[in-house]
Amino acid sequence: MTKVVTFPSPGGPVPSKARAPALATFKQVDKVFANEVTALTGLDLEIRTGEFLALLGPSGCGKSTVLRLLTGLAEPTRGEIVWGCERPQFGFVFQEPTLTPWSDVFTNVWLPLRLAGVSKHEARTRIEEALAQVGLSGFAKAYPRQLSGGMKMRVSIARALVTRPSVLLMDEPFAALDEITRLKLNDDLADLQASLSATVVFVTHSVFESVYLADRIVVMAARPGRAFAEINVEAPPIRREGFRLTATYADTCRRTSNALHEAMGEAAPSELME
Amino acid sequence: MTSDDFVGYAVPALTLGFGLFVWEGVVRYFAIPPYLLPAPSVIISTLFTDWPTLSSSLWVTLSITLKALIAAVIGSVTLAIIFAQSRLVERAFYPFAVAMQVTPIVAIAPLLLIYLSPTVAVLVCAFLVAFFPLLANTTLGLSSADHNLVDLFNMYRASRLQQFMLLRLPSALPYFLAGLRISGGLALIGAIVAEIAAGSAGQGSGLAYRIVESGFRLNIPRMFAALLLISIAGITIHVFLTALSHWLLSDWHESERGRES
Repeated sequence: MTKVVTFPSPGGPVPSKARAPALATFKQVDKVFANEVTALTGLDLEIRTGEFLALLGPSGCGKSTVLRLLTGLAEPTRGEIVWGCERPQFGFVFQEPTLTPWSDVFTNVWLPLRLAGVSKHEARTRIEEALAQVGLSGFAKAYPRQLSGGMKMRVSIARALVTRPSVLLMDEPFAALDEITRLKLNDDLADLQASLSATVVFVTHSVFESVYLADRIVVMAARPGRAFAEINVEAPPIRREGFRLTATYADTCRRTSNALHEAMGEAAPSELME
Repeated sequence: MTSDDFVGYAVPALTLGFGLFVWEGVVRYFAIPPYLLPAPSVIISTLFTDWPTLSSSLWVTLSITLKALIAAVIGSVTLAIIFAQSRLVERAFYPFAVAMQVTPIVAIAPLLLIYLSPTVAVLVCAFLVAFFPLLANTTLGLSSADHNLVDLFNMYRASRLQQFMLLRLPSALPYFLAGLRISGGLALIGAIVAEIAAGSAGQGSGLAYRIVESGFRLNIPRMFAALLLISIAGITIHVFLTALSHWLLSDWHESERGRES
């Protein structure tokens, strides 16, 4: 029922991550909610260790449900998720910063460790390390309301990193931010992923963001949610602003955009132009 | 002094002063006798001459109000926490809470005065009036934690107790404080209403009883003095609870957040 089209890429070396072992494999996963809305049908999806995977699709395609299934917050209705190793430690970043407004930055970042019974004193080094990773050293005492939207998002990322997760799940984390902040955070996230060598599953509905950040893009279609196409981004793992000016970037954006439009049942914009 | 401060403090003070001045002037000009309408100056001097009686009455009313408020806080928060644990319990008990709320306290007071000693009856009346806003607000607050944060807590396998202490209780605090500000004023009103009902039983000695008693004796200046004290008590409670709310929420809550200029 599900057609997974692998869009051909014009030559170039296949990134080494493509051959990395599978972290988790979705096998014909269906998810039907209690209100009988079908979020996912027959989803086959492989998440490879150490890759930056973008899930791209229109609203209602079940992108967020994939993340919830990974964390165990939801269970598949049918099908199964096979783990390559034992279930890893996750870090989760929501679309909103989702901080507790009544506690300062330090206490917010402490939360995952605090819930695991790590005292404030024992957690201090790791909290400071996580804050440094997102460039917020010196803001430990600030309250969320004193921070800008981008800084709150950074706190949220620091909170996800504080447990040193091997998998970072991000649900449209920068969608609510302005363009300039968003580009800056994209660069910082790319650096962060390279330095942590963590697996990132990044949900987005921005073609450009997915091409700039990801090693691999899975385009999803809506109603019912399913995997529609898969695109490998043939580019060096660490990208800089200049990547946006390359032919590879433009070409991958065009292919991704076409796949997305096809997933939505519309004519691809490049065909319209011809 | 900025123009905001001027509008905030000086304008109300000026209009109040002007009102009192007109009142004093009208009473003096038309020579209205004090048993009809006492001048502000007479009310103030009555306040001083009758201070021993009035102050002890003020203390009685205030202590009933505070006891009722404390009892209402403890009772409503406990019940709200129980409600938050079980939807079934909430469904089962809510009709009682609503019935207590919608029945006018003046109508219940005579019955309570039969069952209970006047002092306890007055306390129970004030408690009943203060209880519901606190219960309704705290119940709402406990169930209004950000659902993403609830997910996050579940994801990190937080225990029920951790989720309650670190998420639900702090989320409920602004709602609880809003309820407290309403209940603070209502507890005083409840105490006064019940005292008036009990006053005819001849047992009360609170401010409301002084008003009833002064009414019988046509001691109008003392009625006004007692009224003034009730108003001041109400304003003090309101100001205190507002300050408490500001102190607890100023770091984080939107309602206490000044606009950045």
